[in-house]
Amino acid sequence: MADIIRENLNPDGIDRRGFLKCMAWAGTGTVCLLQGGVLNSYALGSTSKRLLGGLKSDLSFVQISDSHIGFNKAANPDVTATLREAIAKINALPTPPAFVLHTGDLTQLSTPEEFDALDQELKSVRTGGIFFVPGEHDVLNDNGREYLARFGKSAQPGGWYSFDHSGVHFIGLVNVLNLKAGGLGSLGADQLEWMKRDVQHLKSSTPIVVFAHIPLWTVYPQWGWGTDDSQQALSYLKKFGSVTVLNGHIHQTMQKVEGNVTFHTAMSTAFPQPAPGAAPSPGPMTVPADQLRGVLGIRDVNFVRGTHTLAVVDSTLQS
Amino acid sequence: MNFIKLLAMSVVLVGLASCVGRAVLSAESQPAPQQIKIDNFSFTPQVLTVAAGATVTWINGDDVPHTVVGTHQEFKSKALDTGDQFSFTFTKLGTYEYFCSVHPMMTGKIVVQ
Repeated sequence: MADIIRENLNPDGIDRRGFLKCMAWAGTGTVCLLQGGVLNSYALGSTSKRLLGGLKSDLSFVQISDSHIGFNKAANPDVTATLREAIAKINALPTPPAFVLHTGDLTQLSTPEEFDALDQELKSVRTGGIFFVPGEHDVLNDNGREYLARFGKSAQPGGWYSFDHSGVHFIGLVNVLNLKAGGLGSLGADQLEWMKRDVQHLKSSTPIVVFAHIPLWTVYPQWGWGTDDSQQALSYLKKFGSVTVLNGHIHQTMQKVEGNVTFHTAMSTAFPQPAPGAAPSPGPMTVPADQLRGVLGIRDVNFVRGTHTLAVVDSTLQS
Repeated sequence: MNFIKLLAMSVVLVGLASCVGRAVLSAESQPAPQQIKIDNFSFTPQVLTVAAGATVTWINGDDVPHTVVGTHQEFKSKALDTGDQFSFTFTKLGTYEYFCSVHPMMTGKIVVQ
């Protein structure tokens, strides 16, 4: 089934309404391709797999999130098994991803054993490298010392960093440390200052990908699903034509388009959480065992250089 | 004196006696330990009033870890997994606001008076 949406309502060349319509289908195995301001969507059947195989992408990478190694309660007694299934999905992609982004909550309790166990599982991912940002579960007790010792070697002292790949600039942010009572996620003055300098001299045509654990837009403040000072960070990215923000933390996919920025939150590989306000609290949500793999998954992202083309494919462990 | 006045005086005397008795009792006994349950990402009761010298115990009933941290660092627990507890004895009078450093929208208050 192929479907073309043409609703170019904006002179800046970005088809927002069509994009949002298309994004509503994401997670059911739909590909949305924004090509030169026009949105094309394709269901993931054999036809489109051939079609996608024919699309030239300059860069493909995968996002996984919230593996929570060490968690063993009702919502998923074996998070290692579902992580292995997610890794099998990555390894089954037609093109191996250049790298994998893990957007945090690697572990449940920040213990060395849990970090070691995750390391061991990730050895079987067929990819060029894995980049991490911490979740609040990775920095318990020690202000992130264990996490930073393992993953902070080539980062700034606070754990944030940036790198370039195929002409795309990636920025990994830490918004789970030094949280204030009654507040949300927090980036802090030092990190904001660093980020401002980091992007200052980049050409505005450089595609930007920002990844951090807690959402950088206010999804649901009552549950802490937002970042107090993210607006300031986003203000440094106003000049760029294409900004993609990838987050985790909420264990479900959500999308939002705001100006030049597209936000995506990811599924967990461990357990789902309720939709905003649909339960008394954002804790692990137990679903019938045969439905669990339908709410866990990975994200495949493909860039085509020069045309603002971005393909985000969310697929569950069941599809 | 008449019967009514006698009755009134006895009631007053009995009342006074029991007041004195109660005062003596509380000066000699320790305040009972107070419990705060951590469930559904909230502290219950959210505001707890205790006497000086009381020990408050927090118990985590959630499937995720939480912490108990005084806003001015007066007390700080390690990460509490499901079933773990943290206790603190409040010797000084005052109001102590605290929160969960992992999920900072969770806040509570201990009033020591």
